[in-house]
Amino acid sequence: MNTQKLSHLKELESESIFILREVAAQFEKPVLLFSGGKDSILVSWLARKAFWPAKIPFQLLHIDTGHNFTETIEYRDWWVKHIDAKLLVRSVQDSINKGRVAEEKGIHASRNALQTVTLVDAIEEFKFDAAIGGARRDEEKARAKERFFSHRDEFSQWDPKNQRPELWNLFNGKKHTGEHFRIFPISNWTEMDVWQYIYSENIAIPSIYFSHTRPCFERDGVTYAHSEFVQLKSSEKVVDKVVRFRTIGDMSCTGAVGSTASTLEEIIQEVASTRVTERGSRIDDRRSEAAMEERKKAGYF
Amino acid sequence: MNTLNTSVPAPGTQDTAMTPFSTSAYLDMELLRFTTAGSVDDGKSTLIGRLLYDSKSIFEDQYEAIRASSEQRGEEYVNLALLTDGLKAEREQGITIDVAYRYFATPRRKFIIADTPGHIQYTRNMVTGASTANAAIILIDARKGVIEQTMRHTYIASLLRIPHVIICVNKMDLVEFKEEVFERIKNDFQTFASGLPVNDQHFIPISALKGDNVVERSEHTRWYKGPALLELLETLPVANDQNNARPRFAVQYVVRPMSNEYHDYRAYAGRVSGGPFQTGDEVRILPSGKRTRIKSMNLAETPLSIAIAPMSITMALEDEVDVSRGEMIVKASDSLEATQDLEVMICWLAETNLLLNGKYTLKHTSREVRCVVKSIQYKVNTSTLEHLTDDQNIGLNDIACIRLRLTAPVFADKYSDNRITGSLILIDEGTNVTVGAGMIV
Repeated sequence: MNTQKLSHLKELESESIFILREVAAQFEKPVLLFSGGKDSILVSWLARKAFWPAKIPFQLLHIDTGHNFTETIEYRDWWVKHIDAKLLVRSVQDSINKGRVAEEKGIHASRNALQTVTLVDAIEEFKFDAAIGGARRDEEKARAKERFFSHRDEFSQWDPKNQRPELWNLFNGKKHTGEHFRIFPISNWTEMDVWQYIYSENIAIPSIYFSHTRPCFERDGVTYAHSEFVQLKSSEKVVDKVVRFRTIGDMSCTGAVGSTASTLEEIIQEVASTRVTERGSRIDDRRSEAAMEERKKAGYF
Repeated sequence: MNTLNTSVPAPGTQDTAMTPFSTSAYLDMELLRFTTAGSVDDGKSTLIGRLLYDSKSIFEDQYEAIRASSEQRGEEYVNLALLTDGLKAEREQGITIDVAYRYFATPRRKFIIADTPGHIQYTRNMVTGASTANAAIILIDARKGVIEQTMRHTYIASLLRIPHVIICVNKMDLVEFKEEVFERIKNDFQTFASGLPVNDQHFIPISALKGDNVVERSEHTRWYKGPALLELLETLPVANDQNNARPRFAVQYVVRPMSNEYHDYRAYAGRVSGGPFQTGDEVRILPSGKRTRIKSMNLAETPLSIAIAPMSITMALEDEVDVSRGEMIVKASDSLEATQDLEVMICWLAETNLLLNGKYTLKHTSREVRCVVKSIQYKVNTSTLEHLTDDQNIGLNDIACIRLRLTAPVFADKYSDNRITGSLILIDEGTNVTVGAGMIV
């Protein structure tokens, strides 16, 4: 009788690798959605491990809002070479130019919601039948209800009340023409798990996760990076602050946290003692109680 | 489900003294997956809320969000059920529709809770949550004792072979923490469950609302000598849940780099179940029956001399044998054989009834075949455990024993021997929906 037991991180790693291999086996044209944030970095790292020594058998797709942190884009291009993957980019600006979406107006304008159209268009353009993402169930209450294999109809819609049951290790990726799946291999990871794994595997991450000084302004109790993409109210002042980002999204909707954490160890200590969820600084989730669910139903990631 | 919780302190009032977080300890922690089942209003949400809260897994902004919605809904207290009811329809109706997964960790273990709705119409969700669980918590209201729902929850935990079952007799505060009440319920439960294969049972008298025996042992139940719930969850043995003497490796994917560096490299990707395999082991491949040896095993660059369940690995073989997805690698001495006839306990998951003589797609490990339903042996009354032999009407949430004939063989174990190689799902060929969850008898 063998009494060995995997550590929980090794078990999560094993589960995610299993899912990624199922995707490669069950789908004809999967794609991995890559934002340059720690969760999609983790998924692409796990994909590299899942198929080693072969290359990742699918491409990475970045839906570019145009409102990126420069550091994220530099990192993205470096990382893709580092893991020997291929990257596709589709931009929200192109969707705007083509008249597929209209830019939001006013000081709360964000391109976050517009990404959905660009993503759905890209899925149709390339005929992807599975889009792999780094969403986790602990992030947000609608995501807590997600399956690993999440079915989308031909309009890319999610039907949360009518999801396929997922039992044991058996994943049903069957679909009709025109439908696709969203796949979430790291569903069971928590924010702390992600950081611990990045630390234990020594994975390089974008510099803005670490403490740095940058011009910021305050809005609704959240600290934002100042950039050409935001419109300031007359009462809002730009000041230099020592901050880092807990999550990386569009510059116009990702809040910073005051922090001096400059190493992974320090980030882990900070995450361990924090009393606010990482999406607490995401203005896109705050629009309404069901903001995430509504966006997901429409095809958001 | 609208359990009111008055005793969970507001964030900030709990002890937030900074204890340094130990990374080395965290990297070593084990994972325990458990499911919770209970009836409406038995305090399940309160219990989960307390476990999450006391392990500091509820954050201020989450608490603030549910406090604001409770207030807006005109509820007097902060409704912790809103934490787990993530869908709009669930919040509106005050019910849990779907399995919700929650996460928390203590310094000793990390936990995944599959929180499943208790009502009979959600049996399929309970089965889903139970399929991967190491432990089940079954809640009993101390005032009501063992009721029909308790029996159904226990039957499902037993059918799904959840290794550990924890029966929490809740609301002990409402029966003055009387030992007789607890003992009577325990006896009733044991009498009822004596016919069921429940591996390991634990009974705890608790008050989820007041916190008795949830995290700390209670002063009110000095007669109870066992651990508090959290302590039990932290110490249940999980190492042997998945490991037994008969390792299986269902080939999931063939890794062929076709690069200059790895010109002739060919390895099989999959997840060990039953384990362990060791490099050099003589193995047999099903269905061909060919024998060879394990040349090497890897987790990416890292070579492994031993691979245990549930590791995802790649395996290279000594001889050039052609193996593809859906084939199974076992020890050469193992007697596992191919079969095309299966007797299965099926939980029906779809609105449309199971069709006698109906054809379905069957998924078993990485293998996919077609099958036909040859006979319906009996349906189970999940509240009395009676076998109904003349009831051929198998609809949503029903559990039945059926016989299947397969178009091609599978390499299956009994579910009681291996939960991975003993389980299957049936898929409707028209809608592609998963309609049945099967456990091989």
